[in-house]
Amino acid sequence: MMVGGQSYQTVGRGRPWTFYALAALFGLFLLFLYGPMLVIYILSFQGPDGGVTFPMVGTSLVWFEDILKPGQMANIPVSFGRSIALASIVSLLTVAISVAAGLAFRRRFPGSGVVFYLAVASLVMPSLLVGFGIGLGFRALDTKPSLFTSALGAQLTWTLPFGLFAMFAVVNRFNRAYEEAANDLGATAWQRLRHVTLPILLPGIIGVAMGAFTLSYDEYARTTLVIGERNTLPLEIYALISSATSPTLFAIGTITTGVSFLVIGLTLWRILRLQRRRAGAMPS
Amino acid sequence: MIRLVAQRATDGAAVEPRFDVELAAVTKRYDQTLAVDAISLRIPRASYCCLLGPSGCGKTSTLRMIAGHETVTDGDILIRDRNVTDLPTARRGTAMMFQNYALFPHLNCLDNVAFSLKMRGVGKAERYVRAREFLELVEMGEFALRLPAQLSGGQQQRIALARSLITEPRVLLLDEPLSALDPFLRVRMREELKRLQRELGITFIHVTHSQDEAMALADLMVVMDQGHIRQSGTPRQIFEAPASVFIARFIGGHNVLPTPRGLVAVRADRCRIGQAGNGAQFSGQVVAVEYQGPVVRVALQMQSGEQAAALLPDNTYFATPVQPGDPATLVWSEADAHPVAVS
Repeated sequence: MMVGGQSYQTVGRGRPWTFYALAALFGLFLLFLYGPMLVIYILSFQGPDGGVTFPMVGTSLVWFEDILKPGQMANIPVSFGRSIALASIVSLLTVAISVAAGLAFRRRFPGSGVVFYLAVASLVMPSLLVGFGIGLGFRALDTKPSLFTSALGAQLTWTLPFGLFAMFAVVNRFNRAYEEAANDLGATAWQRLRHVTLPILLPGIIGVAMGAFTLSYDEYARTTLVIGERNTLPLEIYALISSATSPTLFAIGTITTGVSFLVIGLTLWRILRLQRRRAGAMPS
Repeated sequence: MIRLVAQRATDGAAVEPRFDVELAAVTKRYDQTLAVDAISLRIPRASYCCLLGPSGCGKTSTLRMIAGHETVTDGDILIRDRNVTDLPTARRGTAMMFQNYALFPHLNCLDNVAFSLKMRGVGKAERYVRAREFLELVEMGEFALRLPAQLSGGQQQRIALARSLITEPRVLLLDEPLSALDPFLRVRMREELKRLQRELGITFIHVTHSQDEAMALADLMVVMDQGHIRQSGTPRQIFEAPASVFIARFIGGHNVLPTPRGLVAVRADRCRIGQAGNGAQFSGQVVAVEYQGPVVRVALQMQSGEQAAALLPDNTYFATPVQPGDPATLVWSEADAHPVAVS
């Protein structure tokens, strides 16, 4: 916007009315995007006598304390732990498989087209049906669905194609001359992967890991039919919404958002520190 | 100082090989396209060899086959009398400098240069000492801890050079090494490449599409076109006697003219603007005059539609100047005309 604005101003006619119209539209869009979340964050600090809507009756942290109290909310911390564990494993598997696949897809191999379209199909399939099918499959095999079997599988049908497409974009920008240079300098295939390919792709790989983690962490539709007896956080929250409503739900929302920002912040900080160390700390 | 290429006795061969690189009917075919068509070439010891040609002529494919980055469809590649056609890249005794240098962006200069030693398992202290020697060789010692992104194009090239040379290659392969540099830097790096090649006493094979570069550098200039070697020799041999119309046009500075005894190439700087007489001549019209400092280039269009040019020393031109539109006659001495093949 700034660049365009400056070039208009040098002509000396001010900004055209379309600029203000579009800016207003964009402002509305931002409000639509962040407004509801903002409402939830504010209401999570509702006073002890307040309800789930405005006005605020004083401010307090009681709804946050409520999460940890035994009783109705008892399952929240436990299901949060389950969600984190599941998301970590999903993220790890997604990275391992999609990085390998992304590197493999750089050249055409027999069946590469089929594998590619199968991955696309998995994205297009209605999520509930995928979950339902996996549930049926487990029943047919007379196996109980559970967190780290059926739920893990159901989430991978979602995160793997995403990871693969993200890796296509990452690998596309990767110049093969780096690998040829590594060969030229005597690296074995393993050394080349370890010391050249993976480090250069690392920022993209971290992106895939975080993307897969997020997709898993708030996955609902595919997971709900195959979770078995113990719920993940989104399923637990949904159960709560349908049974009882109190600002505690908002407090959960505030905390999970806080955690997300913390994770993003830490990741960025680590990447920056890594780069600085690479640039600076060598024996001279 | 730097120790390079400890001469390894190869397989009981007592005689020093005469050639660093020999290509025997080397062919490269991509699907249906023939990129390199059975070329043969011998590059004497410690030469600066330039592979010159327009884009798509097969020069880069040839270089990549010598390096081992491209498989050879047919034929053999010998390096110091050893057939390396099927050897992996790292065991050929070659090192390649890539067109965009391909410096590892996540490693600083020191680690980039030390990379090959690290791969061979050389200890940290030892490989850094050695890498620093090579950084000094290319006058980049003070940039050891910089990342490639923090360097200019010319500096990156020096690092790439050091990284290749530390492997102690018998043959250094350079893929359009100067094309990314600005013209001023290009001339300086050109001198430096030549100096390094002379001092190290190894063979450089340098791919370029610039005839200036090839003429300035090469001991052996190889002009390629459409997968064939069209002519090879010293730059002077080729410039003084281009074998074909293609060569004459490609290396520039020549007029190709139809005469009663067939097509001839005449150097533009041996042509004069003169009077119609009995000698070799062509009449036409001046279409452009370019002042170039020491010389003035006068471009003519013949009545038959052919274009030709005369490069006149400035004082010759200004003694009898001509203007665009003037009728003029191009004259040259019969001795300066070389018959050329049509293709």
